[in-house]
Amino acid sequence: MGRYIIKRLLQGIPLLFFISLILFLLMLNVGDPVATMGGRRVTRRADYERLRRQLGLDQPVYLQYAYWLLGNDWTKIDLDGDGVAETTGTRRGVLRGDLGISLLNRKPVIEVIGERLPNTLILMVASELVIVIGALLVGVFSALRQYSIMDNLITAILFIGYSMPIFFVALISMFIFAVLFKRWGLPYLPTVGMFDPQAGKTTAQVLWHMVLPVLSISIISFAAYSRYIRSTMLEVMGQDYIRTAKSKGLPRSEVVFIHALKNASLPIVTVIGLDLPLLLGGAVVTERIFAWPGMGRLFLDHVDRVDMPVIMGILMLVSLAVVVFQILTDIVYAWLDPRIRYEK
Amino acid sequence: MGQLVWRRFRRHKMAIFGAVTLILLFIYSIGGALIFPESYANFADTPLRLTAPNLQHPFGTDTIGRDVLARTIYGGQISLMIGMLAVLIEVVLGILVGALAGYYGGIVDSILMRITEAMLNIPEIFLLIVMAKFFGGEIPEVDLFGRTFSGSVIVIVLIIGLTSWMYLARIVRAQFLSLKENDFVLAARATGTSNFEIIFRHILPNSIAPIIVSATLGVANAILAEAYISFLGLGVQPPTATWGNMLDGANNYLESAPWLWFFPGLLILLTVLSINFLGDGLRDALDPHSRAA
Repeated sequence: MGRYIIKRLLQGIPLLFFISLILFLLMLNVGDPVATMGGRRVTRRADYERLRRQLGLDQPVYLQYAYWLLGNDWTKIDLDGDGVAETTGTRRGVLRGDLGISLLNRKPVIEVIGERLPNTLILMVASELVIVIGALLVGVFSALRQYSIMDNLITAILFIGYSMPIFFVALISMFIFAVLFKRWGLPYLPTVGMFDPQAGKTTAQVLWHMVLPVLSISIISFAAYSRYIRSTMLEVMGQDYIRTAKSKGLPRSEVVFIHALKNASLPIVTVIGLDLPLLLGGAVVTERIFAWPGMGRLFLDHVDRVDMPVIMGILMLVSLAVVVFQILTDIVYAWLDPRIRYEK
Repeated sequence: MGQLVWRRFRRHKMAIFGAVTLILLFIYSIGGALIFPESYANFADTPLRLTAPNLQHPFGTDTIGRDVLARTIYGGQISLMIGMLAVLIEVVLGILVGALAGYYGGIVDSILMRITEAMLNIPEIFLLIVMAKFFGGEIPEVDLFGRTFSGSVIVIVLIIGLTSWMYLARIVRAQFLSLKENDFVLAARATGTSNFEIIFRHILPNSIAPIIVSATLGVANAILAEAYISFLGLGVQPPTATWGNMLDGANNYLESAPWLWFFPGLLILLTVLSINFLGDGLRDALDPHSRAA
């Protein structure tokens, strides 16, 4: 097991290297950061050149990548444009935890992302909880009543949910729970932001504002998970040890929830791990619609203004999360399921 | 073989429902164009902006007074076209990468699969946004089929194709890995058939079933991807309508003009849903062993 973990971790390193390379090449043409810097228009040619030099954009691509990855404090760079490199660089590079400085507000990228990350995380964790708990209930229910009217109805609804674009779910749920409920004089849900500025950022406020975004993020994955649980549950229910448990005279609830569900819910660990990219992507759209101040909205805002260090920082962070989660998934799965043993 | 597939497909009621709905949607967006000219779909009747659905404008009008019904028709053409063209790119790329990696193995396989894996690990929507910026900028308009399209249509097709080939490449690679060990490949090689011919004339036709299924479902994903990227304002630029960009900014009119977002959203949902049903049925019909559940 120990060797397996080390092997998986070592495989992650070249993967992240490839990812960073692809992303860095894509960054080359997302726009001219100098043209939009801080909303100021740089008119003089000389200023333009100087800014490009300060940002290191005059360097060849491979050097730019090296500086981004390893930093440039080990070499001298030319800042005044006289062709002589005399100033020692100050960047420490991604490998040493320096993601650079935002071009928009001159704050370190880590700080910029760090402010928004918790807001996205609470959305993700809440959605994941809703998805897993809901999918377990629905999946077990439809597995136990296979091909009944309810099962078919649930299947149809899940297919619709699965085919819904997140923004359409969001718009419909906003319309029903905010607009219509307000019209009917019912207590209605808020649609914008994280808390009511007048009430302040209290836990109750944040929870109340979270309901609709979480619903929108959950719906698509919820459908996939429920189908998955339904099929693993059906498979497990047909196995010999379940028949033994039944014939022993155990109560049905005990057979279903203790004997069967325990094994049937194992594979869901894999799905949770593989589903992370989908959830993160869903967060981008959801945060935009609900004006939720998370990382997804940060990304969209900074893409608009070509703030390369922040864009690159978010992309790397997201990819790192995906890679790490996949490794964790494999490890947790092997640890949970004694039938699987990874050798070597 | 064909008959057997058809019989299995026919049994799948949801797939038939999907196929019929899809045909209706095509009739809607292509036949509708015979009733309303494109200039009508782009005509802004400003005094009538944000009119609720009525007899003259069954789906209402948008923020600058264009008829929403006519725009969903022309938007449907573009959305469906983007979906299919993007999948064409996806399939070509996926087959090429998967076939090369699976057939040659070794170093080719390692490099191609590392790139595939790297692309898979960047969540799709982030990749789409960055690529939209990368290939964006000033694009001239294009004339095609006697109509003028915003050049962004081509860009969107390209980026959706470029961000979605990875799953298909993996499927094709797995097929090639197992098929290339078969005797017929050995026989082809022994008779001096070129690698090119073995790949495309001997192995590829044998792995066509999963490719068809995956491509069908790919159309649904491509239409969704177009909707997402256009919804975020980075997709197809107006006046060319798509179901996605008709929704851009619609959340500002959530309360005052729900018809703005309801009809295009519903059409996207119907299309994606029927393609998913169709793909599901095709999988059961073409490849009955692939399904566990």
